[in-house]
Amino acid sequence: MTDTAQRLAEIRGGVPPRRHNARTIAALTGNPGCTRRAVLDSAGVDKPKLAERVGFPARFGQSRFAITRGNAFEAQVKADGGAELLRLVAERLGVPVPDGATWTDLGGDEDRPERSRAALTAPGDGPALFDHPLLGLDVAGRRVHLEPDLVAARLAGRFHVVEVKSFPVIDGQADPAKVAAAAIQSAVYVLALRDLLAADGQDPDLVSHEVVLVCPRDFANRPVASLLDVRKQLLVLRRQLDRMARIDDLLAAVPAGFTAQLTADPATLAGALTGVPANYAPDCLAACELAYFCRHEARGHTGALGRPVREALGGVAEVAEVLALAEGVRAPEPEQAEAAALLRAAARLRADALTGHPA
Amino acid sequence: MSTLRALAQAQAVAAGVAQPVATVRHLHLSDRPLVLVPLALAGEANAPLAALVGAAPDEARLLVVPQPRNRDQRFAFAAELAGIVLPYLDEFRDRTEAVPVDRGRDVRHRYVDAPQVLVPNPAGITFLRLFGRSTRFRRPDGEHPVHPSVPLLGRWLTFFAERAEHPGSAALVALTEALTLHWATGQSAVEDLHLPALLGWLDPPPGLTGAEAAARAEDPARCPPAGPATDPDFDNHRLAPAIEAYTRAEDDPAARAAAYAELERLLRDQLTPTWELMWRGVGLLRALPPGARVAGRWDGDKDAFTAHAEHVDAGGGPQPRRDGAVAAAARLHRLERALASYAVQRAYDDPLVMAEHRLTGEAFVGDVTLADPKRVDDTGRRPVLRPRIQVVTTEPVLVPVGATLHSPARPGQKAKVVFVTPAADGKTEVVLELSGGMGRGLTAAPGSVPEVGERLCLTTLSDGFLPAGAFPAPEETPWTHGGPPAGAPAPDASAEEWS
Repeated sequence: MTDTAQRLAEIRGGVPPRRHNARTIAALTGNPGCTRRAVLDSAGVDKPKLAERVGFPARFGQSRFAITRGNAFEAQVKADGGAELLRLVAERLGVPVPDGATWTDLGGDEDRPERSRAALTAPGDGPALFDHPLLGLDVAGRRVHLEPDLVAARLAGRFHVVEVKSFPVIDGQADPAKVAAAAIQSAVYVLALRDLLAADGQDPDLVSHEVVLVCPRDFANRPVASLLDVRKQLLVLRRQLDRMARIDDLLAAVPAGFTAQLTADPATLAGALTGVPANYAPDCLAACELAYFCRHEARGHTGALGRPVREALGGVAEVAEVLALAEGVRAPEPEQAEAAALLRAAARLRADALTGHPA
Repeated sequence: MSTLRALAQAQAVAAGVAQPVATVRHLHLSDRPLVLVPLALAGEANAPLAALVGAAPDEARLLVVPQPRNRDQRFAFAAELAGIVLPYLDEFRDRTEAVPVDRGRDVRHRYVDAPQVLVPNPAGITFLRLFGRSTRFRRPDGEHPVHPSVPLLGRWLTFFAERAEHPGSAALVALTEALTLHWATGQSAVEDLHLPALLGWLDPPPGLTGAEAAARAEDPARCPPAGPATDPDFDNHRLAPAIEAYTRAEDDPAARAAAYAELERLLRDQLTPTWELMWRGVGLLRALPPGARVAGRWDGDKDAFTAHAEHVDAGGGPQPRRDGAVAAAARLHRLERALASYAVQRAYDDPLVMAEHRLTGEAFVGDVTLADPKRVDDTGRRPVLRPRIQVVTTEPVLVPVGATLHSPARPGQKAKVVFVTPAADGKTEVVLELSGGMGRGLTAAPGSVPEVGERLCLTTLSDGFLPAGAFPAPEETPWTHGGPPAGAPAPDASAEEWS
């Protein structure tokens, strides 16, 4: 075990690392500037349990209605050996619909990584669909296995990642937030699939950067396929994974002896977490299990109100400082002169208008 | 994000309670707004689960879909909702008023008032837009007939959703947006979308700060979400068993009635807190005096309501799924004009909004120190009245010589900047030449020229008339935009496949 791995194990507190999936890897791209998150995720700490332990449980429940609907739609799309799926994907890609394709379900077996590797790198370029492949990705020096609910479609000699999602596309439009989440998740799979081919000495560009998203159309259950270009997401992902690979640099900023061991006393745990710098933004609430803890800690900071607010306040970090500068009771640092002048003018105008001076 | 608003947010954090960012109310509020709190089933494409709807706090009516995946029940819900919404709309169709058009040479008639629908949040507007889309193409005949009121409801919901995109319209309002237009909280914009947390900041219970009240309101066990999405824990532990019990009791009328009553009770419990918050929010807004130009914008909503009612009465078709090229360009142009005019009108109505423009140099306030109200410019073909005034201000003046300024106090008057001279104590003297809004002769009407000593706000923002752009007829759509649209076949929505 390397020093880094040893250190990450200590942070975890000796328990096995929590497993990543495409969703958690995709979530890593959300707030790249956050050391706390990068360290905890690299160590594979169980963040939901940690958040609960320090008194700020996350709220990422999933309704069983949504799960049921998702499963039903996926089963429907994949029925009949993927015949309907093949037609949808081929038509969307603009290639002739093949008479048939081989359907390989790589799920449910013992020896999945090896079977997946063998199946996906086997010679041949006939139309083929691979369901439930097991893919691997290196995250912070550890091999992470992904078990995507996806189909890798090989058509006209190229692989396309096919994602089946149950949110609707209504008159050609879908919820932008859901599409964005699907795009970044798909990018994780594209990356893993490319790594797999590259490791086998094949051209990684055989995996297309265009992924096929299959969703229900309008208000009914008929599937419709759309293309998503995930080149941008691939870049973001690659950058974040590289950053996590340099975890040593990040660990240098972490106090020695820092541990997120879940059995520790909650107050000790919270104190230890405070020693690792976070970069809380309101967007974290939708992506990170520890967000409520970080929000509580960031109270009184302008960043907790959102980046646009902080920028409009001249980048001054603390609310108390903003108000002191605005009231002129505090002399600005040289680099704050401009912000302070703006804040004083704003405070004067605001007071003016609120006390009913004519405007 | 303006610095003024950001500062108000910082002040809210320090004070522990929301701070005003407006001194007047910038939207019309009906005496009888139709408050509508919808809930949707998780995972489905906009499947209604329940709604609480009514035009007064004690008129709440609960609508429930016991099996939201069931297509017939979905449209039964639509028919039931139509049974409330359509009569509400008809309440506004008794009386019309005459409006002069074409410079008073003609009149047209419009309804003296218009309906107003209030939902908790922007997601509620999206729900209504999609519910309008899923119902307006349905037919009372054919393979999957629906009640005739269903497509009509769909067209009206679509009308409201389209009005909601129109800046300054108050026909369909998300309460969170109406409230944040007037108050700044000590939390982020994302958190402001949660109506219970927002009202926690606006009106915290005694003994709690806004932050504490908002944190409390985030706990779904204590305060159900304001919809349309439900709390997953509620779905998994309470709603799902209740729906299953209802489904199981299919053959037993007594058990079925009991299961239905239980579902009603559960959903009413989820909706009632939001219902009460809605009316509390309305009460907060009503306490503000309306801005001077609010009524003028509401006239626009009355016009739109009248026009759509006439379109429906005349047998016009439902709104298309997507606009054609010309219709889309015209709509965009309309929205841009409305947005620009809405921003100016709010600044004219409200010194606190104007302060944002003063901060960015688009406006300044000063005292009139000199005035020559009788000045006549006779260099042209005929003499014209062009009074000059000098304004002294302590604020930075960023406007160039030659620029045309306006004053909210005299919106019909233009003030051209003639000289800008720095004076002592960091003050600036601005000499302005006035035109318009002073009567017809060579003597200014009394009060039409600012007098020495008057405090005046001058701004580059103009509330003047913006001529509408010219667009080709749809059949003359240029080839660059796809050419004239082919005769689109009427979409046969009833053929959509259902599970």
